[in-house]
Amino acid sequence: MASGYRYFETVEKHAGLLGIGIAIMVSLGGLAEITPLFIRAQQMAPPANVKPYDALRLAGKDIYVREGCYLCHSQMIRALVAETERYGHYSVAEESMYDRPHQWGSKRTGPDLARVGGKYSDDWQRQHLINPRKTELESNMPGYPWLAKEALDPSDILARMRTLRRLGDPYTDADLAAAPAALEGKTALDALVAYLQGLGTTLSANGTLPDAMLDPSALEPAP
Amino acid sequence: MQTTETYNDYIVRLFLLAAAVWGIVGMSIGVLVAAQMAWPALNFDISWLTFSRLRPNHTFGVIFAFGGSALMGTCYYVVQRTGHTRLALPRLANFTFWGWQLACFLAMATMPFGITQSKEYAEPEWPIDILIAVVWVSFGAVFFATLARRRIRHIYVANWYYGAFIIAVALLHIVNNLVLPVSLTKSYPIYSGVVDAMVQWWYGHNAVAFFLTAGFLGMMYYFVPRQAEQPLWSYRFSIVNFWALISVYMWAGSHHLIYTALPDWVQSVGTVFSLVLLMPSWGSAANGLLTFNGSWHKLRTDPAAKFMVISLVFYGASTFEGSMMAVKSVNELSHYTDWTIAHVHSGSIGWVAMITIGSLYAMAPRALGQPQMYSRNGMELHFWLHVIGLLLYVIAMWAAGVTEGVMWRATDANGALIYPFINSLLAVKPLYVIRFGGGLMIVAGMVVMAWNLWHTAADARKNLITPIPVPIPEPEAQQMPPPLSAAR
Repeated sequence: MASGYRYFETVEKHAGLLGIGIAIMVSLGGLAEITPLFIRAQQMAPPANVKPYDALRLAGKDIYVREGCYLCHSQMIRALVAETERYGHYSVAEESMYDRPHQWGSKRTGPDLARVGGKYSDDWQRQHLINPRKTELESNMPGYPWLAKEALDPSDILARMRTLRRLGDPYTDADLAAAPAALEGKTALDALVAYLQGLGTTLSANGTLPDAMLDPSALEPAP
Repeated sequence: MQTTETYNDYIVRLFLLAAAVWGIVGMSIGVLVAAQMAWPALNFDISWLTFSRLRPNHTFGVIFAFGGSALMGTCYYVVQRTGHTRLALPRLANFTFWGWQLACFLAMATMPFGITQSKEYAEPEWPIDILIAVVWVSFGAVFFATLARRRIRHIYVANWYYGAFIIAVALLHIVNNLVLPVSLTKSYPIYSGVVDAMVQWWYGHNAVAFFLTAGFLGMMYYFVPRQAEQPLWSYRFSIVNFWALISVYMWAGSHHLIYTALPDWVQSVGTVFSLVLLMPSWGSAANGLLTFNGSWHKLRTDPAAKFMVISLVFYGASTFEGSMMAVKSVNELSHYTDWTIAHVHSGSIGWVAMITIGSLYAMAPRALGQPQMYSRNGMELHFWLHVIGLLLYVIAMWAAGVTEGVMWRATDANGALIYPFINSLLAVKPLYVIRFGGGLMIVAGMVVMAWNLWHTAADARKNLITPIPVPIPEPEAQQMPPPLSAAR
């Protein structure tokens, strides 16, 4: 016992050794868990129909990020029957592969939005965003009326798409060329509604959610 | 040449003041956002007053501005006392104070205006992140340079925790905030989707581990024995707990992503390590509490000791809760609900805030040249406001969380869902009102503390106090290192 303690004593008398020991011990967990995911993500070939956001939806996604919607709405349907019953097919990794940052969220003060696309009309979404209590009397969601008055900046979107392309998102020159025109005359509200209406639609619309994943026995039973 | 070396308590006093101010600011914003959840009209349809823009100001203000100032101040106090040395690099130390205040101010002045990364607990945009990184590395330099010129060979356990806190937070902050800027106010993370989620919760969980736990354990290991006037219950136990805590915590972040699109093996690793984590967590809590053996009578006379004891009880309770919530079957119910909010706040209001307040009450009179705090009744009042507010808050959110979890998954005999989503919100709305009341009491307690500190600092404000000399055993000619001058 006493001899083993000697080694600790050495560390406890040398600040440098202590610092190096700490640095090693705190690095292990992250390296073990993040590195494999990072490598896998680099190798992951996107399904043919999963495309990066078009200009208007990208602008909308950035509004969603700016307003902090993730604080009350998740975009991650867990593989549990109670969730798939309420929100639809559980979320798969490919669906958020162009989300920087991811919007999985951690709290549902309001419902999950991963598959909200197409569930309500554009008009409902607009009214709800401007004054949530117009469509849902008891909602405690804040209104976002300023979005309807905020014109989008068509030149800004180019800088954003170029940055994303540098990070590896496959935007073509044609995508970039068409981007400013797509935002012409649009408001932040238009963009946000376009983004919301696209949520969760890419994979399911094309029937490419893997069959194995649709197998109900793969889900946890309701308790 | 200076003949005697004195402790640099000037920098400690600055951080003490900052902690008192940021505590009130950060918690007041918390009370406002709590009120907005109960009464949405309080958003006023004004963008920068809206809940989703302000909530990051509450978390950043409380964790980094209040907690950070308290941690840096106590760290500077403790490393000097346990090493019998004056703080090294005084100019850099002053920079860490002003730099940190500037970073906190800039973060909280930009986030409500939509300048945000929206990465939870790491919201400020990249220019502020760079400032934070520079200040943090300077903080590390001051701390380790002070350790290097210590006159006590053995490095006391509190300093290990402060050291781990500094090193790990630097690592977490830099890795999590790697972005490619679009402009001064907008950037995209280099990670996306699953990888971003994993990096985010590796960061988020370990911000709790190293900012809100390791740093505050450093506080605990110094101020609890000091206030109990007893040696640490078991020194050897603290060694085991230290190395176990810092290595195990880093593996547990993936328990924030159970049943998500994160690969299963990573989820399971997170669950297993979260359960193992219970042992070093309870080890530290037990070590702190047992240190009071022989001094339990102090609970009758010393409000600072009361804060410390209750904080350790809540540390034990919330780490137990955290490990249980990382079990898949519990997480299935608790995730996405207000139970998470209850857990976070039993940890932050119960453990983090109470060990901080106890330590501040222990440290402030010494740093301010007084025999004791100005008002003992003020401390008592603060204690009861804080504890009752804490219980109201946490019990309300526990009830809300379990209600939501149960309602969301309730099905009828045919397997159809019983409740529309809005019903769960209606069920918990009264609890949101109770939570608001609890929060209000906690802020009131912080105001009492600020008032008490202000009066305790009366002599310090008039420059009537003299610096405390460092106890140096050897004759001056042989002192290694030679004494530092009192220059700031």
